[in-house]
Amino acid sequence: MDVAIRCRNLRKTYDGKVEAVRGLDLEIGSGECFGLLGPNGAGKTTTIEILEGLLPQTSGEVEILGKTWNAHSRELREALGISLQETRLGEKLTVRETLDLFASFYRRPRSTLEVMEEMALTEKANSWVGKLSGGQRQRLAVATALVANPKILFLDEPTTGLDPQSRRQLWDIVRQFQDRGGTILLTTHYMDEAERLCDRLTIIDHGRAIASGTPAELIEELGGHQMVEFDATGNDPVATESWRALPGVEAVHVEDGMVALSVRETHETIPALLAALQKRGSSLQRLTTRQASLEDVFVRLTGRHLRED
Amino acid sequence: MSFDSAVPTMREAKAPTLAPVNGRWAGYVNLLMAREKEMWREPEVIFWVFAFPILLALGLGIAFRNKPAEVHRAAIVAGTGAGRAVELLQASTEKRSVRADVLPEALAFNQFRLGKYDLVVIPQPDGGFAYRYDPARPESVLTRATVNDALQAAAGRKDALPTSEKASSEPGARYIDFLIPGLLGMNLMNSGMWGVGFALVEMRQRKLLKRFVATPMRRSDFLLALTSSRLILMLIELVLLLGFGVLAFQMRVIGSWPSVILISAIGALCFGGLGLLTASRAQKIETISGLINLVMMPMWLFSGVFFSYERFPAIIQPLIKLLPLTALNDALRATILEGATLPAQGSRLLVLLLWGGLSYLLALRWFRWT
Repeated sequence: MDVAIRCRNLRKTYDGKVEAVRGLDLEIGSGECFGLLGPNGAGKTTTIEILEGLLPQTSGEVEILGKTWNAHSRELREALGISLQETRLGEKLTVRETLDLFASFYRRPRSTLEVMEEMALTEKANSWVGKLSGGQRQRLAVATALVANPKILFLDEPTTGLDPQSRRQLWDIVRQFQDRGGTILLTTHYMDEAERLCDRLTIIDHGRAIASGTPAELIEELGGHQMVEFDATGNDPVATESWRALPGVEAVHVEDGMVALSVRETHETIPALLAALQKRGSSLQRLTTRQASLEDVFVRLTGRHLRED
Repeated sequence: MSFDSAVPTMREAKAPTLAPVNGRWAGYVNLLMAREKEMWREPEVIFWVFAFPILLALGLGIAFRNKPAEVHRAAIVAGTGAGRAVELLQASTEKRSVRADVLPEALAFNQFRLGKYDLVVIPQPDGGFAYRYDPARPESVLTRATVNDALQAAAGRKDALPTSEKASSEPGARYIDFLIPGLLGMNLMNSGMWGVGFALVEMRQRKLLKRFVATPMRRSDFLLALTSSRLILMLIELVLLLGFGVLAFQMRVIGSWPSVILISAIGALCFGGLGLLTASRAQKIETISGLINLVMMPMWLFSGVFFSYERFPAIIQPLIKLLPLTALNDALRATILEGATLPAQGSRLLVLLLWGGLSYLLALRWFRWT
């Protein structure tokens, strides 16, 4: 597997004080869709902007397609398609004019007509950017990246603030790009997005990688594939330790009075749980079971939810 | 049916269609076109660049149009001799230009102090007159001389020298002739500073600049496109303002139009560069608005847009002449009103080119893209 993006011991300190990235190693293969997952302020955007050559790192090495930014900046720019977080494109240009403008910066761009077709923007070709909906703007932002005919696509939170339909549309576009052999690096704080889209991902928090692997591997590491969540009367902190002792329980997390148990097999744990509750004389208010998700991985690793601001 | 065909194969993605290869200047040309389109689609631009200077010229042209000689207002203190003064003035050739009223003494002095009258004429017991005037008020000095001449002539004084005179208010010497080239210069400055400076900071705030530098776009092309986008607007501003002067005020353009266009173009590029430099680091629209006003303020004041800068003390004249707007206004006036040739304007054009060139180079160096 060719390596498309590699960084070693990447660090970024702002103003000599704020450590945004604290020693990050990444190796992303050609043709992979790789996700950087983490809460706001985890260092995702700083990392991706360093890899995009828009921000100098404080220390560490970065190689894109085997080249460094210092020596091959122009050549790399030609090979990358970038969609930044929250770029507001000129509102008084039409969709088509915007794409033509971006296309003109590249030596060998794609046909803008085809890109518009692919991004479902043909209908809006002559509309001013200022008149587009959020989803259309986001598709246009990605279109300005695709028109470069890039080898690598960088997407910084491509679906933040979009409605479910627009999100699915963007996911399709990302898969299409990958099917043609493209490499994608995206950041997101949506777990479902990472699970569906990414071949591999790294979860970062406070500028450090706290877990890496395929979505399945990460969930596997959680120890259990199932989550049992319940609420019961007389549920006190002292009880938490006794839940851990139940058969099949890998981890316990209490939040807002709800107890979440990561378990290997639901059928091993639930009868024991019910028996234990009865013994304590408390009655069950609520009980749900579900498949574990990356969100649970994150909660397990940090004790926090991803989307807590 | 073979087993193999039932195995799902990976979707064969269609290879993307490529556009023709872009040449060296494709980015510049597209940036320039995009900038022009954006400007034309901004209604405020149309107003400030085109309508505003014309309204200003119209207003000032009417307010300061050459009026017939002003009426001199004299108060005559009531008493013996007041009647004689009125008679003499009525008999004089100046009777149309002097308005004389007879007032009680206290009232006459009070009205004079308030500026209602330019002169107080006090009849004396010996049949003569005493004048009360204010040497610091030009109209008071003038009224004293006019009234004195009128009274003396009516009383029988003969002029010792024969003189003759002819009135002349030809186009070229009027206030509107002075004003229009100044407004043109000011407009080129305003639209250069706002059109380039403000637009840039807005793009920076939108993170559009960052998005642009994430492409292989040449940064110098971008700055050049922004600066030169002023040229097309400049041409329209020029034709509109000068054309307005010619049509509405019968102004005459004595120098050659190509010279006027060239000087305006150099001026537009100079202020485009200055706008670029002013905006090279500002992050917010609020900051750049203040900065632009700060840069333009001395030029509004000193560069002789509305009145001649020769009224300022001689010691600061050399500094005033180094300001780009002074150089532009002087060059435009010399060409439009006096028909000066370009070579004769070398030093003024050099001032403009130096400001513009240095601004562009420094902007390229200091520019903050993110």
